[in-house]
Amino acid sequence: MTTTPAHIEYVTRLGDNALILGQRMSEWCGHAPVLEEDMALANMSLDLIGQARMLLTHAGKLEGKGRDEDQLAFLRTEMHYRNLTLCELPNVDFGRTMVRNFLFASLQVLLWERLLASSDTELAAIAAKSLKEARYHAQHAGDWVVRLGDGTAESHERAQAALDYLWPYTAEFFAANPTDEAIAAAGIGPAWSELEAAWEAVVVPVLNEATLTVPARTPFKSYGKFGRHSEHLGHLLSEMQYLQRTYPGAQW
Amino acid sequence: MERKEWPLWEVFVRSRNGLDHKHCGSVHAPDAKLALQVARDVYTRRQEGVSIWVVEAGNIVASDPDAKPELFDPAEDKIYRHPTFYQLPDEVNHM
Amino acid sequence: MYTQALDIPQQNAEKAPRAVENPAYQAEFDAKIDAGGYIEAKDWMPEAYRKTLVRQISQHAHSEIVGMLPEGNWITRAPTLKRKAILLAKVQDEGGHGLYLYAAAETLGVSRDELLDALHTGKAKYSSIFNYPTLTWADIGVIGWLVDGAAIMNQIPLCKCSYGPYARAMVRICKEESFHQRQGYDLLLTMMKGTQEQREMVQDAVNRWWWPSIMMFGPHDKDSVHSGQSARWGIKRISNDDLRQKFVDATVKQAEVLGVTMPDPELKWNEERGHYDFGAIDWDEFWNVVNGHGQGNVDRLAARVKAWEDGAWVREAALEHERKRAAREHQAA
Ligand SMILES: [Fe+2]
Ligand SMILES: [Fe+2]
Ligand SMILES: [Fe+2]
Repeated sequence: MTTTPAHIEYVTRLGDNALILGQRMSEWCGHAPVLEEDMALANMSLDLIGQARMLLTHAGKLEGKGRDEDQLAFLRTEMHYRNLTLCELPNVDFGRTMVRNFLFASLQVLLWERLLASSDTELAAIAAKSLKEARYHAQHAGDWVVRLGDGTAESHERAQAALDYLWPYTAEFFAANPTDEAIAAAGIGPAWSELEAAWEAVVVPVLNEATLTVPARTPFKSYGKFGRHSEHLGHLLSEMQYLQRTYPGAQW
Repeated sequence: MERKEWPLWEVFVRSRNGLDHKHCGSVHAPDAKLALQVARDVYTRRQEGVSIWVVEAGNIVASDPDAKPELFDPAEDKIYRHPTFYQLPDEVNHM
Repeated sequence: MYTQALDIPQQNAEKAPRAVENPAYQAEFDAKIDAGGYIEAKDWMPEAYRKTLVRQISQHAHSEIVGMLPEGNWITRAPTLKRKAILLAKVQDEGGHGLYLYAAAETLGVSRDELLDALHTGKAKYSSIFNYPTLTWADIGVIGWLVDGAAIMNQIPLCKCSYGPYARAMVRICKEESFHQRQGYDLLLTMMKGTQEQREMVQDAVNRWWWPSIMMFGPHDKDSVHSGQSARWGIKRISNDDLRQKFVDATVKQAEVLGVTMPDPELKWNEERGHYDFGAIDWDEFWNVVNGHGQGNVDRLAARVKAWEDGAWVREAALEHERKRAAREHQAA
């Protein structure tokens, strides 16, 4: 299979999603509401960092310019990052963290299921491993969305506020550009339009059980996966990339 | 809401098929579902398990430590329950 | 060590820790201890033994979770994805250690919430090593090498301590700890093979962490107030000074291989003793940090309190949800 720019871009997107959300989740370490949840969040962050390492390594190989996972993670600037905007938004509180994890992991479950049959066999292998992790993340976060939504008045309010804030960013999940069309045509990954209904069918019942109101779609659009990010990514990267940027070429 | 602390759950892990579940520690969790999830997150990070039981600690009925003598000492003199009690000729002693 | 505050004279220390509340039980208890046996949660035990254990185990637990903070300070800035994963897994382990230890303390009839409350209100102590700041990435390596190294040395004997639940928690902890020191040393080796700037960073970190690390073993035996009774009870098996010496002896060689020097001109081999001699420890510095005047004391505690308070609505919501769910289930039945 000859490598196309779309293919590299697509795998980079998947790697960036995992890396940026994994980085965000790692911020919880030592600060979670209860020790047990500290352990759980660290596990999920480790899963995502592991996925990012496999995906970025793969993207680097496809690119063929000798860039490894670390060069891709630490030496690219905002405009070259291709993660969903949702992944880079600050944690703010446990409610927003759980609602985000639920919305994202539910997408990942569907995506990894489809990527098991990818024409990119390396990607299919990564999908097999990641699917198990995503299922656990979706279950864990989904349970929490229900607890918080249908918990106390305060938790309901916070969960609803988190959903209201995050929901508009989920439109980006299903946005497509020529990259996505090429990916679907090459049998590397599914067309996003095929996943949208399935995602809603998974997500909405849980939000209902959580007694949360699903927001209406608005004209709001975000473009992280096309390389135009929120203001938050720059700060995340400046922190994450600090050592590699300060000491160019050093080994760690 | 007077109760503020999450209940305690005892965690039992089967390390691999063929072995019993063994007590390995406890976690705090508000419900059984989360108890299982965090037991997995806390006690099986290094592939220590293939199956987990959680039991709310309050539901465990334990023997009274003060009753140790009446419960466990009577077994002491029933030595005929052990194979080593029987002296057999060397030729058949692997029985 | 992680329970260094045990060595601090208590205002209302139990006057007669061996007070006999029940002579027959006491004799049985003593016999068990002397035979090297284990005491289990529901067994009779002298009140002073129980209190000492609660204090020691909870201080140890607090140390583990406060100890997540200085290293946690670098998770988001780890220089490679591999190092990020290693550090996160390591700090997560420390959280797990705290969790196992709180659970062990809970078998003695206290709740985790009570213990945390004592930490948050400043009544309980934790190891003052964690009040030192982590200034560069090299600190992460040096903490693994020296701080975890010292901790492991102290914790291995506790795997055989007389209180069963504590001993079992320590067995699990020691198993997990075994990678902590190695990853730190490995990190430093890589930096020492790197640029001049990296080597300077490592030396600077060693300069800052060496003395605090050897202070972790607590006051000299002659100044240590609880050691005698704890040794009698089998909850402290080797003395502060012996452990410290063992640590120094083991570490000097490791420093040589690494290519760093310890900030102690008096550190040298003593043929006669068969040990390394080392300089005088600055105990004023030690007590200042123990007593709350270290660089990190205020910030570390504030971070723990903030996490706990910010999480209150989450913990309450989960309980309330379970209450509602159970009520619905009850109604449906
Ligand atoms: Fe530790
Ligand atoms: Fe530890
Ligand atoms: Fe450790």
